[in-house]
Amino acid sequence: MMDRTRLIGLQLAVALGIILLWHVATTTPDIFNVKTAQFFFSTPADIAARVVKMFSTGIIWRHLGITLVEAALAFVIGAGLGLAFGFWFARKPFLAAIADPFLKAMNSLPRVVLAPIFALWFGNGIASKVALGVTLVFFIVFFNVFQGVREVNQNILSNARMLGMNERQLLRHVYWPAALAWVFSSLHTSVGFAVVGAVVGEYLGSSAGLGYLIHESEGVFDTTGVFAGMFILSVFVILVDVLVTVLERHLLNWQPEQSSALAKA
Amino acid sequence: MAQMRRRLSLVETSTVVQPAVSLTGVSIAYGLKSGGRYEAVAPVNLSVEEGEFTAIVGPTGCGKSTLLNAAAGLIRPASGIVSIFGQKLDGLNQQAGYLFQADALMPWKTVLENASIGLEVAGMQKGEARAKASALLARVGLKTFLDRYPHQLSGGQRKRVALAQMLVRNPKILLMDEPFGPLDAQTRLIMGELLIDLWQADRKAAMFVTHDLDEAIALADRVIIMSAGPSATIIGDFKVDIPRPRDVAEVRADRRFHDLHSAIWSVLRDEVRKAYGQFAAEPEGAGA
Repeated sequence: MMDRTRLIGLQLAVALGIILLWHVATTTPDIFNVKTAQFFFSTPADIAARVVKMFSTGIIWRHLGITLVEAALAFVIGAGLGLAFGFWFARKPFLAAIADPFLKAMNSLPRVVLAPIFALWFGNGIASKVALGVTLVFFIVFFNVFQGVREVNQNILSNARMLGMNERQLLRHVYWPAALAWVFSSLHTSVGFAVVGAVVGEYLGSSAGLGYLIHESEGVFDTTGVFAGMFILSVFVILVDVLVTVLERHLLNWQPEQSSALAKA
Repeated sequence: MAQMRRRLSLVETSTVVQPAVSLTGVSIAYGLKSGGRYEAVAPVNLSVEEGEFTAIVGPTGCGKSTLLNAAAGLIRPASGIVSIFGQKLDGLNQQAGYLFQADALMPWKTVLENASIGLEVAGMQKGEARAKASALLARVGLKTFLDRYPHQLSGGQRKRVALAQMLVRNPKILLMDEPFGPLDAQTRLIMGELLIDLWQADRKAAMFVTHDLDEAIALADRVIIMSAGPSATIIGDFKVDIPRPRDVAEVRADRRFHDLHSAIWSVLRDEVRKAYGQFAAEPEGAGA
């Protein structure tokens, strides 16, 4: 317990140190040219003021909401498709063998290059961002489930068979829970990628969302706006991640808690 | 009159009690990655009668587990016939319960769910299945652990769940593959006692694979000795005439136990040495 307070204290000290250094370097005339320094790096005080203003005027909520909706849709659709195809292909190795080179080719493509084509197909609204997020989430969940179902513990499988399960019951009591476990264990990564898809999509062309906000500020060399947007984005991602951790604890309560054991170590 | 007698004898042969498990000329072989074949078990004959607890002992890698898996229908023999109560086995042995050496509980199901699943998939009402399972779990000493998940239990407790999971379906044959191998010595003794307690209630046919000769003699009515592989075969068949009920721990101090132990060990010893000598030359993919 003592160690934990000390750790948090040190972490706070590092954060304050960085902010202080930033503040001094951008506001003390004797170090750099203040105007140039602030043009490139803004100042912590300005950024804080901008964040406060964004929330007090309430303009941020719409952007946050849109990014959240895009990320959520991308996750649900991507994970759903990944689960379905992963499960299906794992049970039908012949199909998987046919699809293998195509999946690999698609997965090797940097997803950013798809953004313009999705904008062309689905327009500048939410749909094109969701599509981009789906292409990211799908492959993570797909490969996890595919591997997970194919490598279901042989002892558990033999035992379930000896207990009298038929194919349908094996699917329900063994393969399906095993597949779900793999979806949940990749939850952090896939939710993270859903947010990345949404923000990158917004950044490359849209009229709302956190990515749009950052891009818009960049367009007018508003460094304060860019940093404020980045700050809100990282807090947003951390909050989503905390939510995922809570969800995970509920869904995977049958598994030993690896993550917390690691954190304690 | 002669006709009458013939008919009578026909009736007699058809009502003759069939062995629970009968292996006739069963051999097991694998194709090797490097090409060629590896014969793990040479053709063997073995039958296990109803109510008989048979232990199979042999050096590591002799194929005793493989033979058990053939009786379970988990693997197909390269030759020979496996019969269960006189019926040729095709596919899985539905009359048998199987206790695995490794953990085979479903980690996503609770203790109670694991124990009752065998009844539920057989079509029994959930409530009834759970009631039966929890009664059995109480008998194996897990009354207060019904809602735990397997990872929250000790190795011995998980074995108890597996035992309940196997027994709840009331199988006619029990197949056990070194079930207490991974447990510590004290827990093994206690699990052996529990197993014999439960088994004694209705004496099913049992095949119990182990590498522990003490365990085999303490638990079984009959001890089968297998030679070292490849082409392992049965080289000894001993009757354990120590009366039941036995105290699995105390019986080891019995004179008959000692006599049997030295008689069996004299057969087994050479095979164990042979098995160790062979380890260096063992072909790949030829596990037990």
